[in-house]
Amino acid sequence: MKTLVVAEHDNAALKAATLNAVAAAAALGGEVDILVAGAGCSAAADAAAQVAGVTKVICADNAAYEHQLAENVSLLVAELGADYDNLLAPSTANGKNIMPRVAALLDVGQISDILSIESADTFTRPIYAGNVIATVQSSDAKKVITVRTTAFDAVAAEGGSATVEACAAAHDAGVSQFVREEVAQSDRPELTAASVVISGGRGMQNGDNFSLLEGIADKLNAAIGASRAAVDAGFVPNDYQVGQTGKIVAPDLYIAVGISGAIQHLAGMKDSKVIVAINKDEDAPIFQVADYGLVADLFEALPELEAAI
Amino acid sequence: MKALVAVKRVVDYNVKVRAKADGTDVDLNNVKMAINPFCEIAVEEAVRLKEAGTVTEIVAVSVGEASCQEQIRTALALGADRGIHVEVEGRPEPLTIAKLLKGVVGQESPDLVIMGKQSIDGDNNQTGQMLGALTGMGQGTFASEVKIGEGSVEVMREVDGGLQTVSLTLPAIITTDLRLNEPRYASLPNIMKAKKKPLDTLTPEQLSVSIQTHVTQVGVTPPPERAAGIKVEDVSQLVDKLKNEAKVI
Repeated sequence: MKTLVVAEHDNAALKAATLNAVAAAAALGGEVDILVAGAGCSAAADAAAQVAGVTKVICADNAAYEHQLAENVSLLVAELGADYDNLLAPSTANGKNIMPRVAALLDVGQISDILSIESADTFTRPIYAGNVIATVQSSDAKKVITVRTTAFDAVAAEGGSATVEACAAAHDAGVSQFVREEVAQSDRPELTAASVVISGGRGMQNGDNFSLLEGIADKLNAAIGASRAAVDAGFVPNDYQVGQTGKIVAPDLYIAVGISGAIQHLAGMKDSKVIVAINKDEDAPIFQVADYGLVADLFEALPELEAAI
Repeated sequence: MKALVAVKRVVDYNVKVRAKADGTDVDLNNVKMAINPFCEIAVEEAVRLKEAGTVTEIVAVSVGEASCQEQIRTALALGADRGIHVEVEGRPEPLTIAKLLKGVVGQESPDLVIMGKQSIDGDNNQTGQMLGALTGMGQGTFASEVKIGEGSVEVMREVDGGLQTVSLTLPAIITTDLRLNEPRYASLPNIMKAKKKPLDTLTPEQLSVSIQTHVTQVGVTPPPERAAGIKVEDVSQLVDKLKNEAKVI
């Protein structure tokens, strides 16, 4: 059995999500290789070679792959896929964008967002916004899979000694071009990688009030998130969104502030180790999943909390 | 410019779906069905492009059982001009739907295909990308802004940590994210008018697609329950619990 993991990286460094996908690949058994497709991506490839349990890193360094355009990268992955039984990627925006294209090129189904590996061809995955967990079986000889990163504990980023092999294959489909990127600049940890997350919901009332979360986030080195209701109301940008249609997080501590606890939000955070809910409505469904619930007006509780930690 | 919009019939997003007691499947008896919310955003985007004079014709397509004609009628009431129903029994997989849509694309030659990024039943997030691979078209997935240019379209995409803008050669595929627009409600006169709009039915055979099984659902279970914890009295008790009991701060 051979598995290729498509790395999540920014050319300079390997993103943590790759380590969770490698963990899923290792659970499948057999040889695990990593593909780093990018431009000027040798640093990311070197980092991938350090990842525990990896045999080989394929470094495809070409201008066509610089911005992870799915039209180009999918052609490369599908070509390299000839040598592999499984093709895996983390279920990130990139993974979701690229992998279904790979599956269609190979004329196989894709198994999205797996939570567990039951056997070489059987997996569990969430459906209906996480209200139901489906067990699915693939009848394809070659499997294309995206991995829910919070469901697999990351492998060690160090300790491996994989060989790095350059791949000269240049695939430019010629139908898409990168124009620009607006990445939010923040000193805070990334939402999906943070060990503490504090999120605000509709109860925050407006975007300015999210500053009440910032002081606490600074003290706890936390990332700031939001419910879909807060995003829909325009309080904060969409990349803050935690939930089935946003980011899936599983930090050590999740603090939900002014969030009622809609199913779609719970689907994105209920695997957190400890959940705290602060809400003035004592019947809010968020309290049904919270380890510690505080029924209080958030505008009084947040300054107190900031002062107390 | 012609736009093809794909719509899917799914369980209404307000319905809390549960696994059947015997674990064979989800319980969909007598539940309310609706157009997939992301598909509704796709229809709205096409209608806005038509109102702006960019798109001249909107064709709404759905793959599924006869009942999905209801959702095509919804799209027609929202502003699509005509409908195509590709009749398939059961629950076709994303790859099957993509192959059937490729057949429709071959017949209709649209300049733009707009569809939802995922359906809220299977949550696969695959069909648009798969259609892209099968047709060779570029894809602007998770779109939050669409600007049509001369022979190309600029799509702003929701990606991890921010926004990415790509330019795609037409014809191209766009899959919608939540912030792209806020869909309108269909007015009663438009719902009545939609009943008279043309709706053709096609079979997989007519599109030369043979349906194959790649992934089979072998069972369903409810997600693991998380037990409710305790209510704390005030902030100081909360901080005490977090420090000394949970030891997370």
